[in-house]
Amino acid sequence: MISRFALLHRLCRPSPTGTGPAAPYEGARALGPIVLGLTAALATALALLSAPPLSAQEATARFGTAQGTPFAVYSTTDIAILRPALEAFTAANPDLSIRYEQWGSNALYAEARQQCRTGAGPADVIFSSAVHQMVELVNSACARPYSSPRTQALPETRRWRDELWGVTHEPVVTIYNRRLMPPGEAPRTRFELLDLMRRADPRYFGRVATYDIEASGLGYLLAFADSLEATTFGALLEGFARIDAIATCCSAEIIEGVSEGRYLIAYNVLGSYLQLQSAPGLNANVGVILPEDYTLFLSRAYMIPRSAGKPEAAQRLLDFLLGPEGREILRRSGLVFERDPDVQGLPESSERAVEIDPTLLIARDRQRRASFIAQWRSVFGDAEPAP
Amino acid sequence: MAEPRSDRGPDRTPDGRPSGRRDGSPPFRRRARSPASIQLRVTASVLALLLVGGVGVAIASLAYGQQAARQSYDRLLLGAAQDIAESITIINGGPVTALPLSAFELLAQAPDDRIFYAVRNAGGALLTGQEDVAPPAAFREAREARARDRSGAVFYDARMQDEKARFVSVPRRFAERDYSGVVTVTVGQTMLARNDMAYMLTRDALIAAGVLGLMLMGLSVLVIRSALRPMERIAEEMLARDPYDLTPIITPLPAELSVLTEAMNRFMGRLDRQVGAMRNLISDTAHQLRTPVAALRVQAELALEEEDAAKRQQMVARLAGRTRSLGELLDQMLSRALVIHRTDSAPRLAVDLRDVALEAVESGDHQLLAPGAELELVIGEAPVCVLADEMSLQEAAKNMLSNALRHGVAPVRIGVSTERGNAVLWVEDSGPGPADDLLARIGNRFERSAAARGQSAGLGLSIVQSVASAFGGDLTFAVTPGGFRVALRLPLPEETA
Repeated sequence: MISRFALLHRLCRPSPTGTGPAAPYEGARALGPIVLGLTAALATALALLSAPPLSAQEATARFGTAQGTPFAVYSTTDIAILRPALEAFTAANPDLSIRYEQWGSNALYAEARQQCRTGAGPADVIFSSAVHQMVELVNSACARPYSSPRTQALPETRRWRDELWGVTHEPVVTIYNRRLMPPGEAPRTRFELLDLMRRADPRYFGRVATYDIEASGLGYLLAFADSLEATTFGALLEGFARIDAIATCCSAEIIEGVSEGRYLIAYNVLGSYLQLQSAPGLNANVGVILPEDYTLFLSRAYMIPRSAGKPEAAQRLLDFLLGPEGREILRRSGLVFERDPDVQGLPESSERAVEIDPTLLIARDRQRRASFIAQWRSVFGDAEPAP
Repeated sequence: MAEPRSDRGPDRTPDGRPSGRRDGSPPFRRRARSPASIQLRVTASVLALLLVGGVGVAIASLAYGQQAARQSYDRLLLGAAQDIAESITIINGGPVTALPLSAFELLAQAPDDRIFYAVRNAGGALLTGQEDVAPPAAFREAREARARDRSGAVFYDARMQDEKARFVSVPRRFAERDYSGVVTVTVGQTMLARNDMAYMLTRDALIAAGVLGLMLMGLSVLVIRSALRPMERIAEEMLARDPYDLTPIITPLPAELSVLTEAMNRFMGRLDRQVGAMRNLISDTAHQLRTPVAALRVQAELALEEEDAAKRQQMVARLAGRTRSLGELLDQMLSRALVIHRTDSAPRLAVDLRDVALEAVESGDHQLLAPGAELELVIGEAPVCVLADEMSLQEAAKNMLSNALRHGVAPVRIGVSTERGNAVLWVEDSGPGPADDLLARIGNRFERSAAARGQSAGLGLSIVQSVASAFGGDLTFAVTPGGFRVALRLPLPEETA
């Protein structure tokens, strides 16, 4: 394996954990408080702007040999999740090598926007879970079209204009701590979660977590999709308020919190991140629920920027990820969910895909976002979430 | 279709002119030599029509398609803009847009088009949407101009990131306590779906036109085949005919083709008459020549046996006289055949009867016939024109004149006059005219008694009779104060009558 990590750990990851495959993270924690403070100061001023001042990648990695022509993949996906797929790709395409940069979704959007505006930039691939941001980039003519039998085989809901493709298929789940919560109490639907929060059991005070929608583009998208999907969203917010729910930033942090028992329940977590936390004894504590009223499914969006220097390489990577081999690897990594009716009790009718289409532009609307965040803030407060 | 030449019968018409079908080839080969078959011409015309029509249909349907696409997608745009305008509320003294999902779902009807929108306040400042979406400067005036328009919507075209796009701007007026003014909603979309729709409409129209054209072409083949089928029947009928069968063709034909059978029937009628005239001529000639030729032979034999020179001289002189009059008889018979032929075949032209009379006098034939006889020409100043064949008329005039000189009493007058819509060419002699019983028989085709004498009397007038009836006139005899008058009356043409 020829790869190396250089992780610039920042913001809200409290501590590196475990010694599993995700172990080679190296903390640069000293930066954390500074950036945190800076963020806090600017958050209010820039609350209405789409991109908080996140300006650098979180981690980088290289895949492939030194002989391979490098091309740059800018992604929000954790390196460890995508590693098997990227290694398989460079093994199959020894003439290419990948420079992988992992970004926060808002920072990645700001960077892509910048590259689009200047018409020049190193990124050959933008791959983000914040699909609404990607739709806006495509809508602003920042993408380069590509069509192949494999892209054409994607369902309509997972591509737009032959410029944006939903490569993955991941459920948005509710997780809970198995050790601390009796299985009977685990909420199988949003209504059960609502009932649980309405009881105002002091055990749950401050121990229900979800994404901070301002800090995470993905979190915002999921919450926004919830608000469009069902009226339960208003009641959920009210419930969160009642039990002092925690809004925090990152998937890994939330999962760790649940695993360690700091949180009992976490709402709206991307299922694929569970795969990442594969340290023995960690996931043993975490129970996963696909809400039965409806489960959102997210497809991470793959885009080839117009300014890409090596679009052919990006197209080959795309075709690889959509092909049978890539798909199988993604499935093993938890990025492509496949229904297994024997195990999952989820009826198909409750699958709600976050469709990749221009209606997602609404999520990016300035005033609508402002009022949505204001509504959110009235529940979670203006301050940074409690650690 | 090919047929042996021996079956064709005589290849020459009775007057000896070559027939139209000299090479004996079937008529169809003639048609194949003509510039192009009807089918080919019709097909070419239909193709040309299709080509011109296709271009026309393409242009028209493209224009129509573009207009239809523009209208339908403009309505979507307008609907979306009005949805957005409707969602604007005044909160804390400022307009706030709760961007509706329905607006974007409307716009997503054009699934692959990029969407642009902006909501701006009265001052033009962006409230929400994309900074680079702004109604053009002319928008304000246009809005003023359309102030009374119900919606006040203004459509315009612009480019977004180097792609053509269509926009609509919709104003929403507020007159609240804490906010007053016009908020403008501008919504736009690229044109992929419009162009697709216009293209599809055009393509469909062209396919329909093409199918219609093919059907038209097939139909033309069928119609031409069925229209020309009677021709084949006629051809078969003609080929199956006895060569001397000149009865009219009665096979019914479409009106357009019946011209042909009519012409053929007329032609065959003429042929029939001429063949008949031939037959008459032959039988007449045989009949009329038999007796005088027998008499000549007897006289010649007698002369041979005569030993007295003086008597033989006398007999030879009589023989010469008989031979001369036989020659005259032959002349007249040929001239009659000529007249009959010409009256059927020669074109009818305007002929001045005075010229005919003058020519009869000036030809000087009468000097040979009756040397020293007095001949008077009576013609007026004005031309007397009829529609006829000049040569036939001249034959008639000569016969009338020679008849009068031979049988009448000098002086003889020839003249032209008009009476009651008829032109008259007359010849008058000073005698009392023939006996009544002869008068009754005069003008018959042949006069047995005359022929028996080896004279051509009666035959000459029968020629005149034929000419008269050929040109719609008649032959009259009258005893006048001056003598006996034979008159050929012909109708004057309408315009001079």
